[in-house]
Amino acid sequence: MMRVLIALLCGALFSTGLIVSGMTDTKKVQGFLDLFGSWDPTLILVMGGAIIPMLIAWQITKVQKAPAFAVSFPSATEASIDKQLAMGSVLFGIGWGLSGFCPGPAMASLTFGGLSGAVFFSAMGLGMIAQPPIRRVLAL
Amino acid sequence: MEQDWIMGLLGGGMIGLAATGFLLLNGKIMGASGLLGGLLDRSGGETTERLAFLIGLIGFPAILMMFRDLPATNTTQNFGLLIVAGLCVGIGTRLANGCTSGHGVCGMSRFSLRSILATGIYIGAGVMTVTALRLWGAV
Repeated sequence: MMRVLIALLCGALFSTGLIVSGMTDTKKVQGFLDLFGSWDPTLILVMGGAIIPMLIAWQITKVQKAPAFAVSFPSATEASIDKQLAMGSVLFGIGWGLSGFCPGPAMASLTFGGLSGAVFFSAMGLGMIAQPPIRRVLAL
Repeated sequence: MEQDWIMGLLGGGMIGLAATGFLLLNGKIMGASGLLGGLLDRSGGETTERLAFLIGLIGFPAILMMFRDLPATNTTQNFGLLIVAGLCVGIGTRLANGCTSGHGVCGMSRFSLRSILATGIYIGAGVMTVTALRLWGAV
């Protein structure tokens, strides 16, 4: 029960942060990617502002035995770098550039982003559902 | 512009605090694509926890909206482009196992090589895409 409540609050804080930082504005995100045009560096500050508390959080996981409401922290062993990581990131970057949306802001703005936001979200969800069979068919 | 930077840092801090809470309390990585994708393709467990997170993420702005105007998303009205972009983001983030929050925020702060590489690649691909759009005259 506690975990469910925390998840709800974290989701709410996440969307508030995305709105406050301007990351639900697709033109602002595309502005960050517009390196050879009118570049907008805001996204770096957002990412930096988010990484700072997380740097501390990961250090805490090294001294604390377990999370407050779970058995263990995410495993520290890392999967190897593979072609799925590279291909997936290229594909994600293309879609991100085309729309100015990544998954977090697409969800945070779903209730106030109009029909175009809903169209993007639906296509993204479809892509997520289609990924496992695509991966099997292409033997990735 | 400076005002935007301060709000960026502030909002970023809130995103980081949300990720910190999710990690230290629930022991989980706050990745938007993983939390949604694992629910949609049924590969992930903890359905109730995922749903609660997504309800907070999607639903809370609807509450905020009652108290103040939320900023415009300025999304393109080209639905064909949005569908292609959405499919790319959906398939791509699941194939790469993470997006801006999972790899960019949670992974890079852990000095994960996979996440640092993924972030470099998707920003690079994004820059090339926006540059292409600009040359095409679409931005």
